[in-house]
Amino acid sequence: MSQKPFLRIDNIRKRFGPIVASDGVSLEIEEGEIHSLLGENGAGKSVLMSMICGMVRPDEGEIVFKGQSERFNSPREAIRQRIGMVHQHFMLVPNLTVAENYVLGQGSALRIINDMDKVHARIRELSDRYALDVRPGAIIEDLSVGEQQRVEILKVLFHGIDLLILDEPTAVLTPQETDRLLALMGDLVKDGKTVVFISHKLDEVMRVSNRISVMRDGRVVHTVNVGETNARALAHMMVGRDVRMELPRSPEPPGRVVLSVENLTCRAETGLPAVRGVSLNVRSGEIVGIAGVSGNGQTELSLALSGLLPVDGGRVMLSGKDITGLDPARINASSFSHIPEDRHKHGIVASLSLSENTILQRYDQKPFASRGMLNRRVIGEHTRDLIKRFRVKSRDEDQAIGSLSGGNQQKLVVARELARNPDFILVNQLARGIDIGAMEFVMEEMLKQRDNGRAILLISTELEELFAICDRILVMFHGEILGELPPDRTRLDELGLLMAGQTEQPALVG
Amino acid sequence: MAQVNQGVRETVYPQAAQTFYRTLSQIAISAVTPIAAVLVALAFGAALLWLNGFNGSDIVTVMIFGSFQDMRSVGEILLKATPLILIGAGLCVAFRCSIWNIGAEGQLYAGAIAATLVGTSFTGLSVWVHVPLVMLAGALAGAAWAGIAGYLKVRFQASEIVTTIMLNYIALILTSYLVTGPMRDASAAYPQSARLIREAWTPRIVSDMRLHIGILVAIVLAVALYIFLQRSSRGFALRVVGLNPHAARYAGMQVARNVMLAMCISGAMAGLAGAFEVAGVTHRLYQNISPGYGFEGIAVALLAGNNPLAAIVSGGLFATLRSGSEVLQITSQVPQVLVLVIQGIVILSVVAFAKLRDILRIVA
Ligand SMILES: Nc1ncnc2c1ncn2[C@@H]1O[C@H](COP(=O)(O)OP(=O)(O)OP(=O)(O)O)[C@@H](O)[C@H]1O
Ligand SMILES: [Mg+2]
Repeated sequence: MSQKPFLRIDNIRKRFGPIVASDGVSLEIEEGEIHSLLGENGAGKSVLMSMICGMVRPDEGEIVFKGQSERFNSPREAIRQRIGMVHQHFMLVPNLTVAENYVLGQGSALRIINDMDKVHARIRELSDRYALDVRPGAIIEDLSVGEQQRVEILKVLFHGIDLLILDEPTAVLTPQETDRLLALMGDLVKDGKTVVFISHKLDEVMRVSNRISVMRDGRVVHTVNVGETNARALAHMMVGRDVRMELPRSPEPPGRVVLSVENLTCRAETGLPAVRGVSLNVRSGEIVGIAGVSGNGQTELSLALSGLLPVDGGRVMLSGKDITGLDPARINASSFSHIPEDRHKHGIVASLSLSENTILQRYDQKPFASRGMLNRRVIGEHTRDLIKRFRVKSRDEDQAIGSLSGGNQQKLVVARELARNPDFILVNQLARGIDIGAMEFVMEEMLKQRDNGRAILLISTELEELFAICDRILVMFHGEILGELPPDRTRLDELGLLMAGQTEQPALVG
Repeated sequence: MAQVNQGVRETVYPQAAQTFYRTLSQIAISAVTPIAAVLVALAFGAALLWLNGFNGSDIVTVMIFGSFQDMRSVGEILLKATPLILIGAGLCVAFRCSIWNIGAEGQLYAGAIAATLVGTSFTGLSVWVHVPLVMLAGALAGAAWAGIAGYLKVRFQASEIVTTIMLNYIALILTSYLVTGPMRDASAAYPQSARLIREAWTPRIVSDMRLHIGILVAIVLAVALYIFLQRSSRGFALRVVGLNPHAARYAGMQVARNVMLAMCISGAMAGLAGAFEVAGVTHRLYQNISPGYGFEGIAVALLAGNNPLAAIVSGGLFATLRSGSEVLQITSQVPQVLVLVIQGIVILSVVAFAKLRDILRIVA
């Protein structure tokens, strides 16, 4: 360790009511390194980084940046000292342009309007330099998640920073976008910047970091050089036990067809065709995966199946019943569960309590309601039970779900959907933001559901997720199913080719 | 142990005590902020008056306490509080569903017109029939008037802010037309409708005071709406639609139906307020039976943090200030403009404190 670290965090404490988010955490970041931060859901990674960038104020402790003790009262003050952060949930105003978002709250409006051309020019310059592909005039809500991510990163660069903090930036990215981001981090370091990177994906962390710190229960428990460790050891440090990357599967043969989709077509919200004649079956007792680069119709397929997007043609049958184009209430009632891709949009109501979020679909059904009134005792008991079974780190069931860490929100959504006892479970990105220990647990739960005769359709851009639990994998490209493969790692190349839209292999028949 | 886990929490904070503590702090936050808002606003008002050469603190004292002279004046305050509580509590429901109903004034007039029609026809009914009939007519007319804006929103995505404001003008102009034309009492010098039949009058609580049973109805309904929002399944769906319509759709809730419901509930409450103004206070329809209750109701709901129960208190508070400023206009030289300015400051400070309360809530 050098004599004077670039950033030194010393014995910081932060409590939220009875919850201790930072318990005397200390950490040193050196200039010009990529320092990764690992830890279970709720370990306190986001809170710690929010304190460094001025979003949250520590109760105790010291932050020393470039040899100077700092106490930021707002992200603006942190930016002024050249510290910038890209948060786990994006913080962009959806109906403004990229450039407008960048200058928001940056002093005199009049001066900025005059300088808007310069702002655009500067954005274009930075975008070219780091190959970020950001158009200053684009409206945020028209952008894909990956694009918004780049907009967020460029925003921080635009303000000029030396220390960049990225909180789970890859959770919502496709593998291709992730590769791009990791390369970008390398470029930034070459330009003399320092990066702190939070991720639950150990392979990324191993690829990109110089040093890795592991947090547990609000403290940094280990800091290691990347050369002195491996993924397995890191997993052990995080969770405190060995994590199984391969899960045992019982060889039960699948049963009757539960979900059958015939020639389904639908358009995206933009009106462009997104799903073009998809046919597939999911039988009871099997997990069918859909692999593909995101943006190939997976989002629309899952929305159309669950009744959130109008169907243009084709048929969806669930347990012999035609559910094509029914409204979500009727589909939900047909023993259909859905773990949605976009948790914040569809999956949760952030300001409502955990309890209220667990009855989102069943708010008017027994035993949660009787004679039109909510049965709060039953709802509370049910929620406490889910919290315990799925180890959702929380204060209690009355806490707003938005104040949970990202991974713990996801756990509650998974818990809710499984608790509804569905015949069919549609999953779009199972482990989004979940730590590896919880991932193992959630996957085991999915396998249990499978063994209990449920039919599961798992749409994912994470090949790991698919290989770990699927019985067969379909590949989706440009709104069509191009082929089917067994979850056999030796055929990864074929899978890659299919995902890129190449169907030349004669052995593959969809 | 860093993260307080389940086991530890049970021993340190027993469930019941913890819930009690949190409920208490939430109530404290809810109660203190509106009072603080009004105090800060009055301090500003006093300073403003002082700058204009008046004795600020005396005048502000009059504004708050001047109207509390005897039982009669308290009765007058409650009379003013009646429409404010009704409208405020109703708007709480709309705002919780993220429906920005700015049209309570128009809905009040729609209710007043319907109440007048029912109250001037049907001779020979007993009080027990005629009074509820008038109330029902007012509520239905208000709900229908709001329902127009609701329908335009769910069918054509027309902004309810725009349509409800336009419907305000239509209701006001319609009232003018009716009292100068078809419904005019020909024998009267001023444009006004015929007097309501006695059996249709809202019964008074004490015979020699104007205060009528409307205040009791308002309080009961505000409590009922609170229970509806917090405890019923329908109210839950309505809140979810207001907070995250995408999640509501995902969960299988009917967004359009809930929007209509929220709109109609707030409209019905405003219509009922209009019915009480006619049947309980003026006994005739005039062009301007409401001194802007429909707009002040928005501030009432805001100050109440969109909680119908708190709307009872904040409605009372606004009624007090309204009475106080009337006393002020009679007893002092303060120009009415300044009184209006002070009321404006109260509303602005209410908004600021409402924001502050939300922040405190999150932190607590
Ligand atoms: N505003 C808040 N109010 C209450 N508790 C909070 C708040 N913010 C964070 N916490 C709690 O602090 C703890 C640490 O949360 P944090 O978001 O830092 O976790 P994390 O390590 O980033 O987890 P994840 O990997 O799931 O994102 C959690 O138990 C969380 O519930
Ligand atoms: Mg986090």
